[in-house]
Amino acid sequence: MRNNKLLDNIVIISVFIFLFLPIFVLILFSFNTSELNIIFEGFTLHWYKDLFYNRSLLEALINTLLVALSSTIISTIIGTISAYGLYKYDFKGKKIINELLYIPIVIPEIVLGISLLSIYTLMKMELGMFTLILAHITFSIPFVIVSVRSSLTSMDPNLEQAASDLGADSLTTFFRVILPSLVPGILSGAELAFSLSLDDVVISYFTAGPGSNTLPLHIYSIIKTGVTPDVNALISLMLLTIFIVLTISMVISLRKIKGDER
Amino acid sequence: MKNKIIRSIFIVPVILYSLLLIALPIIYVLIISFYKNDSYGGMIRTFTLENYMSIFNSVYIGIFLKSFLIAVITMFICMIISYPFALAVSHKNAKTQSIFMTLVMVPFLTNSLIRMYGWIVLLRKNGVINQVLLSLNIIKNPLNLMYNNLGIVIGMVYTLLPFMILPLYSSISTIDYRLLEASSDLGANKWKTFTKVILPITFPALFNGGLMVFTPALGFFFIVDLLGGGKIMILGNLIKNQFLTARNWPFGAAIAILLIIITYILIMIYRKIGGKMDDLGA
Repeated sequence: MRNNKLLDNIVIISVFIFLFLPIFVLILFSFNTSELNIIFEGFTLHWYKDLFYNRSLLEALINTLLVALSSTIISTIIGTISAYGLYKYDFKGKKIINELLYIPIVIPEIVLGISLLSIYTLMKMELGMFTLILAHITFSIPFVIVSVRSSLTSMDPNLEQAASDLGADSLTTFFRVILPSLVPGILSGAELAFSLSLDDVVISYFTAGPGSNTLPLHIYSIIKTGVTPDVNALISLMLLTIFIVLTISMVISLRKIKGDER
Repeated sequence: MKNKIIRSIFIVPVILYSLLLIALPIIYVLIISFYKNDSYGGMIRTFTLENYMSIFNSVYIGIFLKSFLIAVITMFICMIISYPFALAVSHKNAKTQSIFMTLVMVPFLTNSLIRMYGWIVLLRKNGVINQVLLSLNIIKNPLNLMYNNLGIVIGMVYTLLPFMILPLYSSISTIDYRLLEASSDLGANKWKTFTKVILPITFPALFNGGLMVFTPALGFFFIVDLLGGGKIMILGNLIKNQFLTARNWPFGAAIAILLIIITYILIMIYRKIGGKMDDLGA
């Protein structure tokens, strides 16, 4: 079947324009001399300097990174242990647990948000960093489990048998044999957890309190009064970081594809 | 003995997690949905179906219909964009495919609210798009691109597009190329090949994408807040208002339970047509 290359390229390019347009605009205006984000008047790096004096913005950034990092680490550890536990052991009610784990993936975020808010209120827990991080852990764990599980099911089942035949107990087998072969699944799970945490607005909206303002919540609160270009500058810097990390991981995965083709 | 301890190390965390942080909160919301609201924003512990009854109030029915309409339109637009895109990408070589699919994900590594702010800068009355169109003399007066349904749909499609692209692409890229060749050798035109070969194979993926676009679209209150201008409400706004401003938790909880029921009906259908749970959302 012959494919129309021109048409293919038009489709691909228009989708990419749609996807990148709002981001390019934000980056462009971070270099704008005008404060209004309306017309591009001239080039300046002024806003990048301003950024370091905007305390509430920096605080929001630090909170965002703190929540993302800690929830990623904790949910990756719990998720990995859980995925192996569910793979290896049978126990009463395992079916129900497996079903429950899909809930955070499939229900609208707002439902999880208000459920956690309700239970926090019932338990008289004060909203703040702790409740926010706990919420992020809650919605990340199932994604880590799914990711690690896909590595587990593609693992050679003889590996575990061989380890125990050679006299390794189950903990040694887990750390020395299972864990190393799960690394790709664990990493992609952690990556997913991290980006889910950075992206979240809805669940944070209900589970953050005073003193745990994150970047999206901060921008949400100032968006109606007008966002100054130092926010654009911060966003641009974050994008630059993401782009560097992605390029590195893409180069690595492209090498893999080349290797597979050989 | 030792094995028993190891076993519990591996299974106790997941049991505690799923019971305490998933089951318990949702069961509590279910319980609240039968409580009565008192006029001070507190709850009276009784059993009433009042909250579920008031969903059928005409004001709320309107919000429901609006929500569904926005979600369905968003879903269809995502499908219309994703199919040609996924097909076009699958025609490229392996290296290009991998670069393109990574590029699709790049915008989604920034926060969704930040991207919505980007759209505001583009769409508002004195925004970039209107400025460009005005200066090119294509239009005489600025267009109303946001603070209406159009703005909401643009925001929803933008935010949810990858959830449609990813499952469709991974399903399309596994289609055996010889199947498509056979179809065209047997005289089928492109449209026929699409409807008779590609569509049936990718149907579970299409449903997966539809599910992951439709249900979040019912809840994304911040997109409606920012791009809809505050007058338009969807289910997400209604729930948010009941919990944070109107402080009628029982009614908000009843709507949330309804959302769960809708989601589960869709998932049952997805499973019936052979969809796998692990393919959802990732």
